[in-house]
Amino acid sequence: MSEITLVEAVNQALAYEMQADDNVVLLGEDIAKNGGVFRSTVGLLERFGPQRVLDTPLAESMIAGVSIGMAMQGLKPVAEFQFMGFMYAGMEHIISHASRIRNRTRGRLTCPLVFRTPYGAGIHAPEHHSESTEALFAHIPGLRVVIPSSPVRAYGLLLAAIRDPDPVIFLEPTRIYRLVKQTVPDNGQALPLDKCFVLREGSDITLVTWGNMVYETLKAAGQLAEQNIQAEVIDVATIKPLDMQTILASVEKTGRCVIIHEAARTCGVGAEIAAQLAERCLLCLMAPVKRVTGYDTIVPYAKMEKHYLPTAEKIIKAVEDVLSYEG
Amino acid sequence: MTIVAKFEIPYLRFLDSEGKINKPLPHFAKNSRDLISLYRTMVLTRTFDAKAINLQRTGKLGTYPSSLGQEAISTAIGAAMQPNDVFCPAYREYAAQLQRGVTMAEILAYWSGDERGNQFAANPEDLPIYVPLATQCLHAAGIASAFKLRNQPRVVIVVCGDGATSRGDFYEAINLAGVWQLPIVFVVNNNQWAISVPRTAQTNAATLAQKAIAGGFAGEQVDGNDVIAVKYALDNAIAKARAGSGPSLIEAITYRLCDHTTADDAKRYWDPQTVEQAWQEEPIKRLRQYLIKNKHWDETQEAHLQVECNQQIEQAVTEYMNLPPAKLTDMFDYLYASLPAIYLEQRREVEI
Ligand SMILES: Cc1ncc(C[n+]2csc(CCOP(=O)(O)OP(=O)(O)O)c2C)c(N)n1
Ligand SMILES: [Mg+2]
Repeated sequence: MSEITLVEAVNQALAYEMQADDNVVLLGEDIAKNGGVFRSTVGLLERFGPQRVLDTPLAESMIAGVSIGMAMQGLKPVAEFQFMGFMYAGMEHIISHASRIRNRTRGRLTCPLVFRTPYGAGIHAPEHHSESTEALFAHIPGLRVVIPSSPVRAYGLLLAAIRDPDPVIFLEPTRIYRLVKQTVPDNGQALPLDKCFVLREGSDITLVTWGNMVYETLKAAGQLAEQNIQAEVIDVATIKPLDMQTILASVEKTGRCVIIHEAARTCGVGAEIAAQLAERCLLCLMAPVKRVTGYDTIVPYAKMEKHYLPTAEKIIKAVEDVLSYEG
Repeated sequence: MTIVAKFEIPYLRFLDSEGKINKPLPHFAKNSRDLISLYRTMVLTRTFDAKAINLQRTGKLGTYPSSLGQEAISTAIGAAMQPNDVFCPAYREYAAQLQRGVTMAEILAYWSGDERGNQFAANPEDLPIYVPLATQCLHAAGIASAFKLRNQPRVVIVVCGDGATSRGDFYEAINLAGVWQLPIVFVVNNNQWAISVPRTAQTNAATLAQKAIAGGFAGEQVDGNDVIAVKYALDNAIAKARAGSGPSLIEAITYRLCDHTTADDAKRYWDPQTVEQAWQEEPIKRLRQYLIKNKHWDETQEAHLQVECNQQIEQAVTEYMNLPPAKLTDMFDYLYASLPAIYLEQRREVEI
């Protein structure tokens, strides 16, 4: 079996589920003939036809709203927003309807859909193509926010997202779309939502992260191991609802925690995780929780973006600070 | 100069404000039973509205938007639709909702602040009232897309107000409906007002119907106080949509003869003369005059109808007032198909 990239794993999951379930339809801008600007839907028009792979007119509020209408009729739309920065026009439908339809109608109508979008910085793209505003969605009751960070997890989590009976925001980290390849068996097996993945076990410190930052964090953990520091690395994967159990169990073991995300720090999801740690296991902490994040600035244009993003070096520095903390 | 395209917006009316016919009636309107049925629905709706306002004034209901003066539009919608079509209402569509199996008790529960009012025990697929204006237009387009993808001969009717037509969602829905040739009918209730902002301040367009032209399909104006005209236009638009020939837009011109809601005071912005004139045009009186003149209706029947309406409404009010309070845990229990673990601690706080 050949190895595939994260973006190819997305394509493989879409194809699998479209084959398995006639209710799955895809819609978005440039997704049909062109196969998506990142090619995540390539070949699907040819295989499943124009009734199920729909190029829409260029209007994001419409893409969100029409998907919700389809979902209420029992279709399972998987809509692509070309970039996260253009999803904002659809926010009203995501916040005011997708997340609420089940609750509003006391279960009479539901909204089983997936909104996919490429997200994150590091690909030297123009403004609005580097957004990492996952916290906006994580704040909304009724949504799920899922972020894969490897080909295997992209395949398994996307299958789970499509099968989930509620709306899922599925954020695909563009910088790692083609960074690594893995063998991804096309067996239709989903991975669990609402669960963190422990990517590396360690006893000295817990590193909590997701998305693009998983690779910087793993790199940092590798270098720390050379200094005999064993870091446990957790990929949160579903940032809403949070699996605090896994994070707490790890921090209870290590007594130290650094949270890494590329989004701006203030009110980022890291703040929620840190607050929960303070509420639930303050006394098991041997040092304050630290965050390594993007700055509280607009993501700079391409020339400066690498200075904005957290790096393995910044993570290692934070880990050293936490380890050398003397209360 | 070459003209590359030309458009027209027709206007339709059969019954004038005096109840006189100004052109041959369509087939359905020659049947007095059908006309009487439309008349009864309009009267029931107006009586229900008055009761709801009364309940609000006496502290038994929350803020309530009346449909006073606009009953013909919604009555015609309910009569023109098939049960398995889908209705996407604005918030003054009680007449259509009642015909589609939504109960008065559910409507009252909704306006009392109880989500169970959206549960529609007898209607599984219609949308509940949406508060963010015009957003229902896009969901309606999505529902129509589902019908089309599944080759179902079903139609979606979506209603919004004149104010709502200024929103992007309205245009985006019109555009998609045209380009995908969706089985959908857009009905604009042009009651001249968006709270205090008059229709003339919403758009410089001569009509709202012409907004369909940009989407590549037909728009027409009808006298929204002539239930025959609204029903006729809807029958045609629905038949066209059902046959796979695409969307239509009907701008129904009427007047909001009430405050925007019970929380509004229209005297702050209304011109009393215009309102007095608008009362002359209202939909119920003209149909009654027509029916009486043609010996289809009389004072005794009218009195009977009033008694029947009041009985039905009183029964619904009793049902509404007797609805036991919902469980506090309901606020958690319909968030997701099954509640994620992280919510359990918060849910326990409201458990009793
Ligand atoms: C998006 C949005 N903006 C503002 C409001 C507040 N609001 C409620 S009704 C209304 C006026 C609507 O006018 P129109 O669409 O003509 O409907 P009508 O009330 O006349 O039936 C406004 C501004 C809202 N509900 N939704
Ligand atoms: Mg209005």
